Amino acid sequence: MNWFFNFFDSSIGKKIQMALTGLMLCAFLIIHLIGNLVLFAGSEAFNGYVGALSSLKPVVRAIEVILALIFIGHVINAIRLTLENWRSTEKKYKVNGAGETSSLPSRTMGVTGSIIFIFLVVHLSTIWWQFQVQHGGGHFYDIVMSANIGFGNVLITILYIVAMFLLGFHLRHGFQSAFQTFGIRYNKYGTFIEWVSAIFWLLIPLGFVSIPIYFGLLKGGF
Amino acid sequence: MKVTLKIWRQKDGNAQGSFGTYQMDDVSGDMSFFEMLDLLNESLVMKNEEPVAFDHDCREGICGTCGVVINGRAHGPLRGVTTCQLHMRSYKDGDTIVIEPWRATAFPLIKDLIVDRRAFDNIMSAGGYVSINAGGAQDANATPIPKANADEAMDAASCIGCGACVASCKNSSAMLFLSAKVSQLALLPQGKVERKERALNMIAAMDEENFGGCTNTGACEVECPKEISLVHIARLNREYLRASLA
Ligand code: HEM
Ligand code: SF4
Ligand code: FES
Repeated sequence: MNWFFNFFDSSIGKKIQMALTGLMLCAFLIIHLIGNLVLFAGSEAFNGYVGALSSLKPVVRAIEVILALIFIGHVINAIRLTLENWRSTEKKYKVNGAGETSSLPSRTMGVTGSIIFIFLVVHLSTIWWQFQVQHGGGHFYDIVMSANIGFGNVLITILYIVAMFLLGFHLRHGFQSAFQTFGIRYNKYGTFIEWVSAIFWLLIPLGFVSIPIYFGLLKGGF
Repeated sequence: MKVTLKIWRQKDGNAQGSFGTYQMDDVSGDMSFFEMLDLLNESLVMKNEEPVAFDHDCREGICGTCGVVINGRAHGPLRGVTTCQLHMRSYKDGDTIVIEPWRATAFPLIKDLIVDRRAFDNIMSAGGYVSINAGGAQDANATPIPKANADEAMDAASCIGCGACVASCKNSSAMLFLSAKVSQLALLPQGKVERKERALNMIAAMDEENFGGCTNTGACEVECPKEISLVHIARLNREYLRASLA
């Protein structure tokens, strides 16, 4: 088992941890988005969908635990990496040309990630928590639209929109970066990775953000 | 032309540094950047002041000794050149030019614009060579090497160890340098024999130094005077995977 810990503990090993956990979180985004889009089918369809999920509780719980571990791994490793990188760059340039040599998303992974983290704390402590408490009641749609924790609340709506914009930013760099980390950088795959990357940094965040925009800003919530 | 120089001055590693401002009134566009600094130093010596210390040797882009950050850019604004290959025609009359040393915890400052790059030597001594017995000189065609591999290895071998990749990286990562050294040998039959230990030992040696971790921002590739490509970092990552897992 020693080789296993050594493998993940080197500087490249930590990159691989980031990439593995990051891509697994990306896979979850697809499933989560499909579920969310059921909102557009109306309250009955959405309540039915979440109700069906609730009846699969043990399976859902198991997935949630795995997801939480992946997420915690991603965040702890991100904090560790960021602190180490700060130590390596204690002395700063007076004139810094980073803006001319690298992309903004690539330089702000820690910042965009941290704001996504704040969003997730709010998201889990409101919607997710209410879904757990209410799971027998079945009024899931009403919770999502409610005036205090749902899209009836302008602040919540704006937080959702900002967070999804930043998620797109995070994945603009992160998704393709993970492939570089795995050593997958060949001309013949370059365009393909770019297209798949666009699904993750553009289409999926747009899909998520359509919900607060439609139900929050356009329909004015509940 | 007239230019204003703002140069980092620091007596030694422990001293508190600051910028010195120097007015240059008679600079020709045909001067190299270092000839311009030579001119400044002559005038400082004449005035009995301490000349600006900067590293340089070949002054033709092959030794890797030189390197400063000029207006925020390692080796100045041009792509694919070292500081010694930069000419004053890249600047115009009235410009202010800010000159700073490589800034990275792994490269402690020695004096003014000179930093200690021994961390690179430590990485090299951990495996940046071929130690198998290759015998006497062989016929050039005795060991067939695909042209694509030879070209790619040659590209990697053009790394001159200047440190611009570390200096321009927001994390001060040495991955581009290391990847060039590992790549160069992993592509050739003579290097393949020790490829596994080389990758693991050199990565471990890099991690011992104060370099940061690579986050694939790509700034190194833009600033490298030898235009070493991120393709080599991808290969280094593959070398790590195969050495650890296979
Ligand atoms: C708490 C929230 C988060 C934080 C603090 C965070 C932070 C980070 C940091 C610091 C990096 C490494 C930067 C780099 O390699 O350039 C990173 C990479 C990445 N993150 Fe996140 N992140 C968060 C959430 C997410 C989420 C929700 C996803 C996906 C759904 C995600 C996907 C990725 C991917 C794919 C990478 C790229 C890995 C690589 O470069 O190889 N992150 N994240
Ligand atoms: S990779 Fe390029 S920038 Fe880095 S040390 Fe080699 S030549 Fe210099
Ligand atoms: S002095 Fe030799 S590369 Fe510049």
